[in-house]
Amino acid sequence: MKRLDRDAMAARVARDIPEGAYVNLGIGLPTRVADFLPVDREVILQSENGLLGMGPAPAAGDEDPELINAGKQPVTLLAGGAFFHHADSFAMMRGGHIDICVLGAFQVSVHGDLANWHTGAPGAIPAVGGAMDLAIGAKRTFVMMDLLTREGQSKLVEACSYPLTGLACVSRIYTDHAVFDVGPEGASVVEMIDGLTFDALQALTGVPLRMAV
Amino acid sequence: MIDKAMASVREAVADMSDGASVMIGGFGTAGMPDELIEALIDRGVGDLTIINNNAGNGETGVAALIKAGRVRKIICSFPRQSDSHHFDARYRAGEIELELVPQGNLAARIQAAGAGLGAIFTPTGYGTLLAEGKETRRIDGRDYVLEYPIHADFALIKAHRADRWGNLVYRKTARNFGPIMAMAARTAIVQVDEIVPLGSLDPETVVTPGIFVQRVVALGSSARAA
Repeated sequence: MKRLDRDAMAARVARDIPEGAYVNLGIGLPTRVADFLPVDREVILQSENGLLGMGPAPAAGDEDPELINAGKQPVTLLAGGAFFHHADSFAMMRGGHIDICVLGAFQVSVHGDLANWHTGAPGAIPAVGGAMDLAIGAKRTFVMMDLLTREGQSKLVEACSYPLTGLACVSRIYTDHAVFDVGPEGASVVEMIDGLTFDALQALTGVPLRMAV
Repeated sequence: MIDKAMASVREAVADMSDGASVMIGGFGTAGMPDELIEALIDRGVGDLTIINNNAGNGETGVAALIKAGRVRKIICSFPRQSDSHHFDARYRAGEIELELVPQGNLAARIQAAGAGLGAIFTPTGYGTLLAEGKETRRIDGRDYVLEYPIHADFALIKAHRADRWGNLVYRKTARNFGPIMAMAARTAIVQVDEIVPLGSLDPETVVTPGIFVQRVVALGSSARAA
């Protein structure tokens, strides 16, 4: 059994992003999805600091400090791209205009609650950014994460123990072991990596699972 | 004749005083009005409430203001970053108050102030720590949190070009909070690369109409225009 590496996970998410979709990729791991979108598929990337039609990183020497993404890295603008202010940007999310957002997570519950902004640890300085707006605003919110913590605990849980980002907002989770759908009916397994059985996956997560029909 | 052009950043911030609430444009360093902030630091004012997306990056802009000890409270969405060391130190020392606001709610509350709304119901944050103790309402089957507008005495903004009536165009992602902060502040002070003659800005592409702007100051090489 070979777990998916980060590129393989990104490629798997990219497969589910259809032609014509308006997509926001969260900071960190989800950013990598952009590298795996097929070139023959027109997908428009939004960055919440104020651009639609975000292109790849510029060549060295061509960086513009006033053309950056939400992670504050230099990017480019594709032909047809547009700039806008912050109220418009978050109207795109809250107003349900963004088709898909892809976020990282500390934990996701079987009902789609998301925890990804704050560990709640004493002394931690909280920062939320656009996570709460993205999580509840996009038509579909995907999470991309390792299934287990470094200590081997499942990040797919019955109920989140970390502070919540949003309630019942995640519809699908892409992990290094399996793809899950979550929602009012609980968690179902969409697919598993080669060599992993349903029973073994059930044991790893410790939450009630069923196979997706 | 209406002329909102100031001779210098010093003149532009000359009436800012202790205890003011100040919106500062910028997302990270893109759109951060560094020169206006330097002038504010030089004025020696303190006890400020700052509204910005972040809590300073590196050594310039909001970070310099925090480093100089002029900030009593910051209202922002994303304080903790790899280069927010000046904020981190003062926050851990209990020397600065933090009001953490989800980014879209920050934008919506600023816009609400500029638009004269008494409050907004937003779905963002419902059921989370950041909505604790706040009034909620279910509207058409969806849950919302009541949030109030954020007003400010001043806004410090960076744009690309202005005319003497205060019409503004911005440059790329440096636009970010500029247009809504200009609306929400009692006095919006804008630094630009150049001030161009009336009629030079295409009225179809003006982003911030001059009614929202009280002062502009040119930093670029171009001379102050009519």
